[in-house]
Amino acid sequence: MTMDSSLTQAQLASIRASALKADFPLLLAHPELAFLDSAATAQRPAAVLDAQRHFYETMNANPLRGLYKLSTEATQAIAEARAHIARFISALDDAGNPQQDAIVFTRNASEALNLLSHTLSHLVELGPGDEVVISVMEHHSNLIPWQQVCTLTGADLVYLRPNTDYCITQEEIERKIGPKAKIVSVTHVSNVLGVENDVAAIAARAHDMGALCVVDGAQSVPHIHVDVRALGCDFLVFSGHKLGGPLGIGVLWGKPDLLDAMPPFLTGGEMIDLVTETGAVWSQVPQKFEAGTQDAAGIYATDAALTYIERLGMQAVEERERLLSIYLCERLREQPQIAIIGPKEGERHISSISFDVEGVHPHDVASILDMHDVCIRAGHHCAQPLLTYLGWHSTCRASVAFYNDAGDIDRLIDGLNQVWRIFHGSR
Amino acid sequence: MEVASLYSEQFMDHVAHPDYKYELEDATHVHDGVNPSCGDELRLAIRLNDSGRIEEASYTGHGCAVSMASADMMSDLMVGKTPQEALALCDLFKGMITGSEKDEARLAQLDEAALLKDVSHMPARVKCAELAWRTLAEMLKDEGDSGATTTE
Repeated sequence: MTMDSSLTQAQLASIRASALKADFPLLLAHPELAFLDSAATAQRPAAVLDAQRHFYETMNANPLRGLYKLSTEATQAIAEARAHIARFISALDDAGNPQQDAIVFTRNASEALNLLSHTLSHLVELGPGDEVVISVMEHHSNLIPWQQVCTLTGADLVYLRPNTDYCITQEEIERKIGPKAKIVSVTHVSNVLGVENDVAAIAARAHDMGALCVVDGAQSVPHIHVDVRALGCDFLVFSGHKLGGPLGIGVLWGKPDLLDAMPPFLTGGEMIDLVTETGAVWSQVPQKFEAGTQDAAGIYATDAALTYIERLGMQAVEERERLLSIYLCERLREQPQIAIIGPKEGERHISSISFDVEGVHPHDVASILDMHDVCIRAGHHCAQPLLTYLGWHSTCRASVAFYNDAGDIDRLIDGLNQVWRIFHGSR
Repeated sequence: MEVASLYSEQFMDHVAHPDYKYELEDATHVHDGVNPSCGDELRLAIRLNDSGRIEEASYTGHGCAVSMASADMMSDLMVGKTPQEALALCDLFKGMITGSEKDEARLAQLDEAALLKDVSHMPARVKCAELAWRTLAEMLKDEGDSGATTTE
């Protein structure tokens, strides 16, 4: 099938099949499926589903509230998950201990970003003349909250823009992040283009200008080792479901002193120390940000998802996904009717690759691929300003995860040839 | 699978060689319809004759194959219909693509547009298929008021 691949025979052999599919009940039950939409949500390994069930069968109680053993176990499970997540993103204190109290659980990454936009705008007293800097690559979840905050406070929203090589250059970073910047919030990896932004350089510039730096890690944490100390950011958000955890768990990590200084976002049960008829004293972080009953089973299962990935080894995951991304990019490039929207080099794609089939609307592409049991995303990918900036209305997007193999990608290519035959006759 | 039959030769013929995709010179009614998230944009025009029947219908715009083929089939079907008949057909079409109307005899009234029946198995594509029909219904209900319709 493959023509001139830059991959060696050994590398191609290593991605020819995927033994890991056996760990995923849905993929096992549907061998006909080529699932290439992990950027939207990943499949879950049996270990995660088992963990969720184990929680309800053996330690189900409302965490933090009860004074009996079950509730204590649930509370302990959440605390351990916090520590595990902190280690996973290298959020360690000076003594090398995980900053478990700096891990806040939300429903998803979007909620974490809403929490940040609300609380940080108060913390930095955002107002007219101030600037919030984001990039034009943002998913709507890291765009609309800042747009709203700027509308409410009178601050200006400034956009970092990539050059024609899809790169946000150092020059652009220095031009856009100036002394008026109070908050900088950028995506680590674009969910449309798959490119990695130099968030370490962005964070450094933000700090030089006295601004805070938020990193949206929704598309990076599942695919590459993210070390918040190396990035130098103040906050990182991501969602558990994109790395194999259950739906409904978002994660916010923040520098402890900043989290302490921030006001709460949602208020109510379990986020207070004391309540009177006229006021309340907030709990310590992280409880201050976690009003109401937490999805303890989901948090416990997210912990299991990290354990599963660590068992594979993040380095092995990265390397396999790198090979798959290169193979996907090269196979797409072989098709004359297909234009890649983003870098032409497979190495520059972290899991996601957007493309266009000449003269065929992406929704038609996705529908025809679906009849071949190939799952891709088509549309604006919740990044309308980016698509408008690039001059597209919608694109097709395929995204790989470590459980995919070259066969899934070959199925995509076969399906795309079928799309072409339907719209333009035989090639 | 059902989707295979949706993109049939007959369907694709409406995409590749539309019969009604042009500007109508002496239109009596014009109405715009959009699907913002899909990028489907449609301008629908009809000419009502003195006896109150649709003498000609046409459309311009761009979008996915489902939205464009649907507009072409609808334009063909509407020729000679009264506004009341046209509105009844719009309802019937909506029933078909949302899966609530399955009576083959009734669906036969939709003529070629019955080819889009399989959209009822593709919920994500319903708004593509219904764009032209909703635009027509809005147009006829608005009685010539040149507004815009969105199916979102």
